[in-house]
Amino acid sequence: MGKYLIRRLLQVIPVLFIISFVVFCLVFVAGDPVALMLPEDASQEDIELLRESLGLNEPFHIQYFTYMLGLVQLDFGDSFRYNQSALPIVLERLPATLELAIAAMIIAIVIAIPFGIWSATKKNSPVDFLATGGAVLWKAMPNFWLGIMLILLFSVTLGWFPVSGRGDLSHLVLPAITLGTGIAAEMTRLIRSSMLEILNQDYIRTAKSKGIRNFFVINKHAFRNALIPVVTITALQTSTLVGGTLVTETVFSWPGLGQLLIQAVNTRDMAIVQASVFVIAFIVILMNLIADILYKILDPRIKY
Amino acid sequence: MTEALLEVKDLKTYFHTENGVVPSVDGVSFSIKKGETIAVVGESGSGKSVTSLSIMGLVGSPGKIVDGKILFEGKDLTTISNRDMRKLRGNEIAMIFQEPLTSLNPLFTVGNQISESIKLHQKASKEEAKVKSIEMLRKVGIPRPEKVYSSYPHMLSGGMRQRVMIAMALSCNPKLLIADEPTTALDVTIQAQILQLMRNLIHENDTSIMLITHDLGVVAEMVDTVIVMYAGQVVEYTDVYTIFKEPKHPYTKGLLDSTPKIHELKDELQSIEGTVPAPGTITKGCRFQTRCPLATSKCFSEEPELKEIRPNHQVRCWLHEEGEVAI
Amino acid sequence: MSVNTETQNQNQVVSSVEKKQTTNGFVRWMRLLLKSKTGTFGLIIVLAVILVAIFAKYLAPYDPNMINPAAMLKPPFWLEGGSMEHILGTDNLGRDILSRIIYGSQVSLAVGLAAVALAGVIGVFVGLVAGYYGGFIDNVLMRLVDSFLAIPTILFALVILSIFGPSVTTLIVVLGITNWVQYARLVRGEVLSIKEREFVKAAKSIGVRDNKIILKHLLPNVISPFIVISTLSVATTIILEASLSFLGLGIQPPTISWGGILSDGRDYIATSWWLATFPGLAITITVLAIIFLGDWLRDVLDPRSAK
Repeated sequence: MGKYLIRRLLQVIPVLFIISFVVFCLVFVAGDPVALMLPEDASQEDIELLRESLGLNEPFHIQYFTYMLGLVQLDFGDSFRYNQSALPIVLERLPATLELAIAAMIIAIVIAIPFGIWSATKKNSPVDFLATGGAVLWKAMPNFWLGIMLILLFSVTLGWFPVSGRGDLSHLVLPAITLGTGIAAEMTRLIRSSMLEILNQDYIRTAKSKGIRNFFVINKHAFRNALIPVVTITALQTSTLVGGTLVTETVFSWPGLGQLLIQAVNTRDMAIVQASVFVIAFIVILMNLIADILYKILDPRIKY
Repeated sequence: MTEALLEVKDLKTYFHTENGVVPSVDGVSFSIKKGETIAVVGESGSGKSVTSLSIMGLVGSPGKIVDGKILFEGKDLTTISNRDMRKLRGNEIAMIFQEPLTSLNPLFTVGNQISESIKLHQKASKEEAKVKSIEMLRKVGIPRPEKVYSSYPHMLSGGMRQRVMIAMALSCNPKLLIADEPTTALDVTIQAQILQLMRNLIHENDTSIMLITHDLGVVAEMVDTVIVMYAGQVVEYTDVYTIFKEPKHPYTKGLLDSTPKIHELKDELQSIEGTVPAPGTITKGCRFQTRCPLATSKCFSEEPELKEIRPNHQVRCWLHEEGEVAI
Repeated sequence: MSVNTETQNQNQVVSSVEKKQTTNGFVRWMRLLLKSKTGTFGLIIVLAVILVAIFAKYLAPYDPNMINPAAMLKPPFWLEGGSMEHILGTDNLGRDILSRIIYGSQVSLAVGLAAVALAGVIGVFVGLVAGYYGGFIDNVLMRLVDSFLAIPTILFALVILSIFGPSVTTLIVVLGITNWVQYARLVRGEVLSIKEREFVKAAKSIGVRDNKIILKHLLPNVISPFIVISTLSVATTIILEASLSFLGLGIQPPTISWGGILSDGRDYIATSWWLATFPGLAITITVLAIIFLGDWLRDVLDPRSAK
């Protein structure tokens, strides 16, 4: 296990390396942030001075070296908008985003597991129709539109929940439902197809032939097997989850990483953008790692 | 004559598919006495597996028992509640499947899977179930049963897994054991061991066995009575000696001729041309018409009945309509 | 006798096969399509949206960018204050919502199709190279694929758009680049499996250039999944484009996009719900139709992956 973890962690390095390189190249190609950092009437000399001090006149490889040197010390440079180091600003927003993501994930699981199992065991029943139909509809609906429609219905018309912002639990409900149902749609579809495959396996027939109640056949013998592909694919979907968070945060003015990032993109605050990209990529990779470990716990056939 | 343990009467199990109704089992009747070993023989597609699943009540959708009775100790299994059926399954009627490699759940230990039915049917505690499971594993000839108890199926060989399946099936001392091609997927040497094991265990416990197979060699070794099935119907039904000595149905004859025998070494084995027709495709006449070397015009127009040509020997063939004919 | 029936049977089989072949391919496809309700729905809607996009000029009742201070925030016709003049109402500048939605379909479809085409070209190229050369190059390219999967699509798009500034071209390139991975995987897998087949090894051993063989066998094997992936990619691309436009980083005014109309409408959600509702419905119905069409195509073209 330990050895496996180390090997797996080592595999993360090239991925992070590639991401860092790509991000650096993009920023390099993008050219000057200087124009944005100085007042519009700044003189040519001022611009040159700032360029010099930021090292922007150095050749590509020197700039890259400086950049990497900062990176290994977790220094992404200073945000010119906040006038401080970028990473702490990003990390400060992380709890809000995690809160939303975890709440959404819980909602997704609570919806997807029963519906996925139910629709697979009662194929072509009304429940199955509802689950598969709902999954397709949710896939077709832009998440931000769903959020707006929820605001329209539950905040504007019914007045049950606040329209936006972060605060007590009532603030969390609508954004979490928006994001959570979006993930649930894909998850339900996955669990359903995975269960359908498992229910045709010989060992399910064996379990039934032992006289075990259908409930246990499904929830003990079938579900645990069905969970294996679901875990893998759900982990791969972390990036979808993160993407969804970005949009949902904007819809609900949720003060998380997504909102920060989109503001940074709009103001071309590249230090924040880079730090955010790194934090997000790191989370995604971490989730994949956790999924891999879970996978091995679930499936005794896999050796480390 | 001892009382019948299981009596199947005019069983019809149909599959309702998109392309119409498929009569996989079409009016099958037979009975199994206490302690008797009966073989159901036929090629794939003859309906023998569906017959056994019907008895277990495990015919999955879109299949359904549409007619007939399955009397187990007098109770009709086609009409009892799911709850009562579950009490019988794995307890009084147990089943061993063809594929030991895929018939055990890969995510649970062997011990977990054996003790599951012991705990369920014998109301045993966890510890009692463990003791009993290990005892069963020992009984089926598994070395170091304590270790195997906590192993996962993928760690065992095919033969070992089939032994585990047998241990599981016999753990509640069933009155009837249905074995669906229990040795087909195994190596020849392992096959013999498994058969020997099953024979020993039957004699110990007076369990009746319904053995489903296409291997007549297995039949000769261990059964009392043979049912030959073709395209969803019983075509011949008699004791094992008669089947081998005087088969009366051309299909049975064909099956025997395609089985190698040591004492009459032939240059080449005969085989039956073609395959079993899909159920429901032959609507007129005898279902074996397309492959029968002895078919007459009557065989294409009228369907023969299963007829008792002498005590305890039933055949479904026009040849014996006016008395027995040697074939 | 028995021989007789067999030939008869065979004759029947033969004649039915002939019949199938002589029926027009198009008719056969239509028959298959009509068998599936969702497939039929998908095709009809997709065709309708395409026609609307092409003939937007003639279908739209108003100039979509025409500001009309006299008719600001008019509700749809069935509500009080609404009229048949503006069937779906007007926005805060008095622009006709229906006309804007009709014109918005142009951008959604054009960006979707162009981005998917670009993704296909990149993906097939990378997949061919990775599968054909294997070894180190394959390894590097596959790590690249991993890295792409680690970055959320929308995040990647955001970063690029923030650097190059939003424009239709940038948007197409960005969406194209974010979508190539599945094509690369498909083509690479297929190339690898073709390379392993005996006849390719044999051909190679007698000196036939194997890239010719690979290309020859690749096409029939990847064409079906290619069509299916492309159809479903158009659906996800339309959503992604709308999301980016909603975030203000996609299509910029005065070019009209569904996401853009929605974004404008969000600020008026408390008073004028129709602004944000109708463009969202347009996106949902269009994407739903494309998904249905894609699912149907998958069932028909690739029976192996049928549910």
